[in-house]
Amino acid sequence: MIILPLVVALAVLLMPGDEQARARLARWLGLGATLVVFAMGLVLWAGFDNSTAAFQFTERQEIFGDLLSWHLGIDGISLLLILLSVFLMPLSILAGWESIRTRVPEYIAAFLLMESLMIGVFSSLDLFLFYIFFEGGLIPMYLIIGVWGGKERVYASYKFFLYTFLGSVLMLVAMLWMVMTAGTTDIPALMAYDFPKQAQIWLWLAFFASFAVKMPMWPVHTWLPDAHVQAPTAGSMILAGVLLKMGGYGFVRFSLPMFPEASVQLMGVMFGLSMAALVITSLTALVQTDMKKLVAYSSVAHMAFVTAGLFALNRQGIEGAMMVMLAHGVVSAAAFFSVGVVYDRLHTRDIDRYGGVATNMPRYAMFFMIFTMGSVALPGTANFVGEFLALLGMFQANTLVGVVMATGVILSSAYMLWLFGRVLFGQQTHGDSAAMPDLNAREWSIMVPLAVVTLWIGLYPAPFLAPLRAPVESLLARVERAGPSRTIDTVKPAASKAMTPLATGSAQG
Amino acid sequence: MNLEASLSIGAPEVVLAIGALVLLMIGVFRGDRSLRGLSWGAVLLFAMAAVALIDKAPDRALAWNDLYVADALSHFLKGLLLLAASAAVLLAIPYLERTRAAHFEFPVLIVLGTLGMFIMVSANDLLTLYVGLELMSLSSYVLASFARSEQRSTEAGLKYFVLGSLASGLLLYGVSLVYGFVGSTGFEAIGAHLTSKDAGIGGIIGMVFVIAGLGFKLSAVPFHMWTPDVYEGAPTPVTTYFASAPKVAAMGLLLRLTLGAFGGMVAEWQQLIIVMSVLSMYVGAIGAIGQRNIKRLLAYSSINNVGVMFVGFAAATHSGVSSVLLYLVIYVAMMIGAFLCVLMMTDADGKPVESLDDMAGLARRRPWLAAAMALFMFSLAGVPPLFGFIGKLAVFMAAVDANLIVLAVLGVIASVIAAYYYLSVVKVMFLDESADVVEPVSGDGTLVNGVMIAAAALFCSPLGFLLLGPINEATRRAAASLVAG
Repeated sequence: MIILPLVVALAVLLMPGDEQARARLARWLGLGATLVVFAMGLVLWAGFDNSTAAFQFTERQEIFGDLLSWHLGIDGISLLLILLSVFLMPLSILAGWESIRTRVPEYIAAFLLMESLMIGVFSSLDLFLFYIFFEGGLIPMYLIIGVWGGKERVYASYKFFLYTFLGSVLMLVAMLWMVMTAGTTDIPALMAYDFPKQAQIWLWLAFFASFAVKMPMWPVHTWLPDAHVQAPTAGSMILAGVLLKMGGYGFVRFSLPMFPEASVQLMGVMFGLSMAALVITSLTALVQTDMKKLVAYSSVAHMAFVTAGLFALNRQGIEGAMMVMLAHGVVSAAAFFSVGVVYDRLHTRDIDRYGGVATNMPRYAMFFMIFTMGSVALPGTANFVGEFLALLGMFQANTLVGVVMATGVILSSAYMLWLFGRVLFGQQTHGDSAAMPDLNAREWSIMVPLAVVTLWIGLYPAPFLAPLRAPVESLLARVERAGPSRTIDTVKPAASKAMTPLATGSAQG
Repeated sequence: MNLEASLSIGAPEVVLAIGALVLLMIGVFRGDRSLRGLSWGAVLLFAMAAVALIDKAPDRALAWNDLYVADALSHFLKGLLLLAASAAVLLAIPYLERTRAAHFEFPVLIVLGTLGMFIMVSANDLLTLYVGLELMSLSSYVLASFARSEQRSTEAGLKYFVLGSLASGLLLYGVSLVYGFVGSTGFEAIGAHLTSKDAGIGGIIGMVFVIAGLGFKLSAVPFHMWTPDVYEGAPTPVTTYFASAPKVAAMGLLLRLTLGAFGGMVAEWQQLIIVMSVLSMYVGAIGAIGQRNIKRLLAYSSINNVGVMFVGFAAATHSGVSSVLLYLVIYVAMMIGAFLCVLMMTDADGKPVESLDDMAGLARRRPWLAAAMALFMFSLAGVPPLFGFIGKLAVFMAAVDANLIVLAVLGVIASVIAAYYYLSVVKVMFLDESADVVEPVSGDGTLVNGVMIAAAALFCSPLGFLLLGPINEATRRAAASLVAG
């Protein structure tokens, strides 16, 4: 699964022929490869055993000497994120089908490379292998933003690269120390290893430096609006859809199980930052005149739900956070694509240049509405499930946090609905925006799967929650064993009835 | 220890010495026409030396009244030196012919310089060290000014010579101080003396002078001043050579000297190495940012890389030494690759292109060359999944293991700063509008260069990871001959 996109990427680069023919062939090859990988992902899902927290489909080969090993495997948490990646990949290749006209083979190759690396991140069970995949994504993304991006692309690509690189190298030093102390690079072994408490705090902070930038958390989120705005539409889709999830995945996979005591201790920090992030970025989103920027800030706000949910350190919180990641992956990719659709027609992201678009693009308006509803977490859409669970978890951990975070739901409806209203309704003041044609077949083929999945997760989330149960269970057991803190004790009785509110939630939808 | 045994132990050096003289004689009689033949002859010579090297079991053996030592470390370094030197000879042919600097001395000087480095890495006595170092340096001075008709090149040679002599003087002074306070110049005798007795202030000063002299060859800060000027001024093939082989030799020698002879005063020189390491990393990283000439930029990059090597060196442990050796292998591949890419860039008149501005939009005109260059840049920046990352990983790992966590953190931060200018090279090639300066190079010998670029690129790509096992094996064995592991 990791190898296939790489091979195709290489083939795409080496193709002979004139520019036109190469571009066409490259697109089809890219689409074909990502679809095959998506099918493989579905097979993986079908063969996945929900009942165990252990890693499945493991493969291990000692081909790199003894410094690191090729060790892969997935549990429920990684499964969902892999599914998300392989689902978004063909769509984003389709999204750039017409708008990317220069250096197409290289563009497709960069995307396929990204796909390999993303799957690698979510499935590697070796610490250094993880780091290699995690950081390896920087190069193709740097090129995607830098070569095919907007006007300020050079600045944005630098900022993206250096920000994330700085965060990660600190994590690398922490990893080195861990490997030296524990004597293994094996992630499952490290997850069971008890690091000394004082060291945990430092290690936690080093990992935090990396994941918080990647996530991104306030106040280190500033690379994100630039990168998103300047990246081509497909680049933003992948950036928002998958790359941001690497941060959340990192917290779940590393920070919580490996440094449980530090996590309990630094819970307050995470809560504080999440609350600040939510309120500040939501308010920032309100004043944006650039559509993509608005969506980008909303991403930061949504990620605050993830961090707060994760560090509620109870079942609902973590499951909710995972669901928010999944839902946000789909919905924000969809939102970026929706912006991309009108951008392709008018070549401006300025909200004021649009207005009354619903009149001439009614079908577009319908999809945009679904995604807006998804983004504001209306019951029945994907985000609702996640945000509701996450909020539930937060309330159990700390009422104040729950209250503040709940305002995020209101704020998000404010900016998203306002955006929706300004773009799609109102007077058609600009002739060119009134003349835009409605969706074509290609755009339909992207919108429909995204909308279907949004509603599917919202209406019947059980198949997505099921793989999470076992790993979250063992995660909580780990946190509890490390240091029975007051917070976790109070949560314990509630954990058993975690699924009940969810059932009513989906029934309402 | 009879002469016969000594000759057999030192066979690679003997082969090189005789071979260099033979090549020189042929050159004198046949003139500059013979450059191409002589170059291939030099490569053949290196191959013979390699055979002579492989022939021996890498057991520790002393020769010539204990002035000379052959062990796993010297074997490893000599192998690397032979690769680097062969590359330097081959890549120079098209350049020299193009720039009408095709004098037959070039391969001869490289062979002599390599001989000097061989003696350096096998030195077991401060005097052998000096002899080897001077042989290498003298050839280097001449090589730096090899493009005699060019002012830049002559200036580079002169600058290198003046500063290099000063460094040699310092080194010699240090040697005499050590001899005065310890009473011997043999590494073993010094080591034995220092483990039992205190070196005294004179001995410490002597050691500092010796390290400073070698630091000059390594272009470690604060002895780096010559590097950018010489790298820029010297003809590019020569720069390639400077950036690779002498670093290997000087680093190997420094390792042997400090961990062998001065093994008893680790605490004293460790501080020195740490300071030099941090300074080199930061000067290398920050100094390069403003450079518009790719050769100057790579000069700062090599300063930065030496700083990173010193991080592993400062650990002074078995894993530290082996990480430095691993880093050296990768570093040589990256540097030769990057300079080869620079060599392949010429404008319509066949003049070399060296300014970053002229490289703009290279990805459009020469996509493969630009891709290879980008690969070397990312690898030098230490971005995974490229092989340069593994070198950094090993070095910082050794430092963390030796509890030098602050040094490791400073190192990784410097590597982020350095990433900025590596990125700027990539940016110029891929993101900027084309300046349409670089034309495809034509002529014989470019095919060989292309193959070498491809080989270096493959080595630095993730495929290099597959070689990690055998390389680690070799570096460990080599390191074990200095520090028990």
